[in-house]
Amino acid sequence: MRIVNLAHGNLYALGAFVTASLVGNLLAGMRPLFLYFLIPAGAFAAAAVGAILEPTLLRPFYRRAEEYQLLVTFGLLMILEDGLRFIWGPYPLSASTLFSELGSFTVGDAIYPTYNLLVIATGILAAVFLWAFIYRTRFGLLLRATAQDMRRASALGVNVNRVYVQAFTIGCFMAGLGGAIVVPGQSAVLGMGVDALVLSFIVVVIGGLGSLEGALVGALIVGIFREIGITVFPEIELAVLYLIAAFVLLVRPAGLFGRPA
Amino acid sequence: MNLLETRKLIKYFGDTHAVDNVDFRVGEGEVVALIGSNGAGKTSLVNVISGFFPPDSGQILFRGADVTHLKVHERIKAGIARSFQIVNLFDQLSLLDNVALSIFSRENATQTFWLVADRFGPVWQEAVDILRQFGLDRTREIVAGGISQGERKLLDVAVAYALRPQLLFLDEPTSGVSTRDKAQIMDIVTSVVRSRKITAVVIEHDMDIVFKYSDRIVAMHDGKILADGTPEEIRRNKAVTNTLIGAVDA
Amino acid sequence: MSTVAIPLTQTLSVKTVAWAVLIAAALAVMPFALGEYQTILLAYGLIFAIAALGLNLLLGYTGLLSFGHSAFFGTGAYAVALMVKYLHVQSMELFLLGTVGASFVVAMLFGFVSVRYTKIFFSILNLALSQVLWSLAYKFYWVTGGTDGLRVPTPTLLGGAVGATDDKVHFLAHAYYYYVLVLFIACVLVMWVIVHSPFGKALQAIRDNETRAKFVGIRIRRYRLVAYLVSGVFTGIAGALWVPLNGLTTPDILYWQFSGEIVFMCVLGGFQYFTGPIIGAVVFNYLKSWVVGATTYWQGLLGVILVVLVVALPTGIVGTAKRLIDKTRGATSA
Repeated sequence: MRIVNLAHGNLYALGAFVTASLVGNLLAGMRPLFLYFLIPAGAFAAAAVGAILEPTLLRPFYRRAEEYQLLVTFGLLMILEDGLRFIWGPYPLSASTLFSELGSFTVGDAIYPTYNLLVIATGILAAVFLWAFIYRTRFGLLLRATAQDMRRASALGVNVNRVYVQAFTIGCFMAGLGGAIVVPGQSAVLGMGVDALVLSFIVVVIGGLGSLEGALVGALIVGIFREIGITVFPEIELAVLYLIAAFVLLVRPAGLFGRPA
Repeated sequence: MNLLETRKLIKYFGDTHAVDNVDFRVGEGEVVALIGSNGAGKTSLVNVISGFFPPDSGQILFRGADVTHLKVHERIKAGIARSFQIVNLFDQLSLLDNVALSIFSRENATQTFWLVADRFGPVWQEAVDILRQFGLDRTREIVAGGISQGERKLLDVAVAYALRPQLLFLDEPTSGVSTRDKAQIMDIVTSVVRSRKITAVVIEHDMDIVFKYSDRIVAMHDGKILADGTPEEIRRNKAVTNTLIGAVDA
Repeated sequence: MSTVAIPLTQTLSVKTVAWAVLIAAALAVMPFALGEYQTILLAYGLIFAIAALGLNLLLGYTGLLSFGHSAFFGTGAYAVALMVKYLHVQSMELFLLGTVGASFVVAMLFGFVSVRYTKIFFSILNLALSQVLWSLAYKFYWVTGGTDGLRVPTPTLLGGAVGATDDKVHFLAHAYYYYVLVLFIACVLVMWVIVHSPFGKALQAIRDNETRAKFVGIRIRRYRLVAYLVSGVFTGIAGALWVPLNGLTTPDILYWQFSGEIVFMCVLGGFQYFTGPIIGAVVFNYLKSWVVGATTYWQGLLGVILVVLVVALPTGIVGTAKRLIDKTRGATSA
C-alpha cells in the first residue's frame, strides 16, 4: 500500500491494552470461557482507530514527500503512547488468567503452555485469511490494483479512498489482533509498541518488503532466534537479531522473499 | 574505429527480449536517430549502454575499450552521457545549480566540502554560457521545478551536455511539448551538439524531426535492429515503413 | 501549498553577516542579562542546536530522515562518561577528541549499512540501530551503570587552564556557557561552509533526484556516507557538551524518544532552511521545559504539536516567517 506508519506498533499495543483491560475488568463477573471470545476486542479497537486515522491524518500526505508521512505518524506514535498512559496508567496490565487457565502439556521433558497453541492457531488463521483476502477476493484485486497505480484505478472507477481506508483498517485490525492475542502471555506494557515496531522491521528486512510469505518466514526466524538469544545471550538478544538483519541486508538486500526495488 | 560499438548485446526482462543480440555502432561526429515503435527496445538499449542496468551478455566498446562492466560514474568519465525521456532534474535547485553540478562533477570538485561553491568563478561562468546556448539564460535563478515543460526538456539536455561528453544519448528530447517547441528544442540541441562536434544518438518518434536532423537512422523492432542507413535509404525501406505506421509521408 | 520549494542556498550578503554578528554578540552578553538558570537553559538550547544542525545535513540537504540520532548524542555522552570512569580524564578537549573518535566509529558502522537505503527503510533502520545501543547501555550495567547511569563531574576547559570553582552553577553559567557558545559558533560556520560547498550541492542533488545525480557522475552511496559521518560527529559533539551540564548520562538519552525530539527541532524550525534547525532547537528547548511543567502527558502534547506543524506549517518557524515577511513586503510595494 506504500503507507508508511510509524505508529503501527502502538496499534498493536492498543490491542493489547484494550483486551487486557476488558478481561481484567470483567474477570470478576464472568467465567473464563467467555473471556476468550473477548480477545478480538483489541483488534476491533485498533481497527476503529485506524478507520479514523487514515482519512484524517494519512490521506493528505499520499501525494507529498514520504518524510511528511513519517513525521506525522511519528507524532501519532507519541500521541498514542501517552494516550495509552492516560487511559490505562503507567503500570502493566495483564490478562494472565486466560493464559494459565489453559494449563500446559508436556512434550518429552519440556513443559509447553497450551495457550501458545491458541496463539499459533490464530497466527496461522490470520495469515491464511490475509493471503486469501488479498489474492483470492475481488476486494483484494482492487487493493492490489490501487496499490500499483492509484490514478489508473481511480480512472477505472474504483473508489480509491474507500479502498485505502478499508485496507488500512484491516492492517490495523491485524496489528491489534497481534497485541490482543499475546497479552495473556505477557502483560501490556508502555513501550511495547516501539519494541514491536522495531521487531517487525527486522522481520520485514529479513523476509522482504511486499511479500506475505517473507513476513511469515521472517517472523519465524526472528521468533526462533530471539528465544535462543534470550536463553543463551540475554544481554544481546536484540543485537543478535540485528546482526542477522544486517547479514541479510548485505547478502540479499531485497530480503529472502522480497522483490528488488 | 567506431566511437561506440555494441556486440551481441542482450538484455531480457523475463520473457521480454528488450535488447536482442544487438550490434549497434556509432561513428564519430554523427547524429544518429534511433527509431522504433514503443517497446522496440530503444530506451532499453540506451539504458544498457549508459549503465542504467547491466546487459545479460554481450560487449560494449567505446573507442575500442571494453566498457561493458564499468560503473555509471566511470562511463561518464570515459565520455558517455545521457538525457532522460521523463525529465530528471534537481527540482529544488536553480537552473544554474543544475548545470553547475555537472561541471563540478566533471571537474571532480564535488568532493570539496571546505570551500564555498560561489568561489568557483569559472564553473559558474561556464554554467551561464551553457544556459545561454540553450536559451535558458533568463530563468537561470529560478528553481528547476518552476519552469515550463519545454524549458525542462532543454535543461535536461543541458545538464548532460555540461558533462562535455563525447557521446550523448538523448532520449526523446522533444516528447510532451508542442510542435513549435519541438522544432525549437531540436534546433538548439543540434546546433549545440554540432558546434562541439559531439556525437549524438537521439531517440525520437517524430519522423519529421528524424528526417530533418539526423545523419543516419537506426530502426529497431522487438529488440532487434531492423534497418540502418541514411534518411533516404530508410525512407525507401519497406520493412521499416511497415512496422512504423505513418513513418513516411506521401 | 506551492509546488516549488524555496531553494536552500542563501548567498552571503552583508545583511546576513550583520545579523549573524548581532546575534552572536547578543548571545555573548546573555550571562549578564539573564540569571544563571536561564543562561544554563540557553546553553542547552545551543547544544541541541548543534545536534539538530547535524541531523539536518541528512534531512534537509540529503533527503534522509533518521529516527536514530540519539545514538550519536548518546555515544558522545557515554564516551565522556566512560572516559571519566575508566581513564579519569578531566579535560574537555580530551573529551571532545574521544567523542569525535567514538561518534566517527559508530557513524561508520551504522552508516555503512543504512546508506544503501532510503525513505522508510533508512528511518526505521536507524531507529532500530539506536535501540540496539540503548539496550546495550541498559543491560551492560556493570559498564554503563544501567538505569542509574554514570556521573560526570565538571570538566576543566582549555587544557586545564579553567577549572570549576566551588560554585558549580556559576562555572556552568559563565565559563562553560562561553565554551559552548564558541563551539556553537564554530559548528555553525563549519556546517555553513559544508552545505554551501560543491559537496553540499551534490548532497542536494542526491536529495532531489538520485537517478540524475548518479548520471551526472556523483557516487551516491559514498556521498551519503560522508554526510552521515559528518552528521553523526556533529551530534556526538553535542552529546559530549551536554553531559557536563547535565551532570549525568542515562540510557534515556539513547532512547527513540530523544531521536524524535531532535527531528522535532528540525521540523519546528523548518528543515528546508539552514537556520531552521538552530531556531527550532532553541525554541523547542523552551517549549519542552514549559510543556514538561504543564502536564505529565507532555509527550502526547508534543505529538499533537508535531502533527499540527506538519499539517499546517510544514516549512516551520523560519519558513512561515519568511512567507509573512515576503507578504508584507509585497503588500507595501503594491
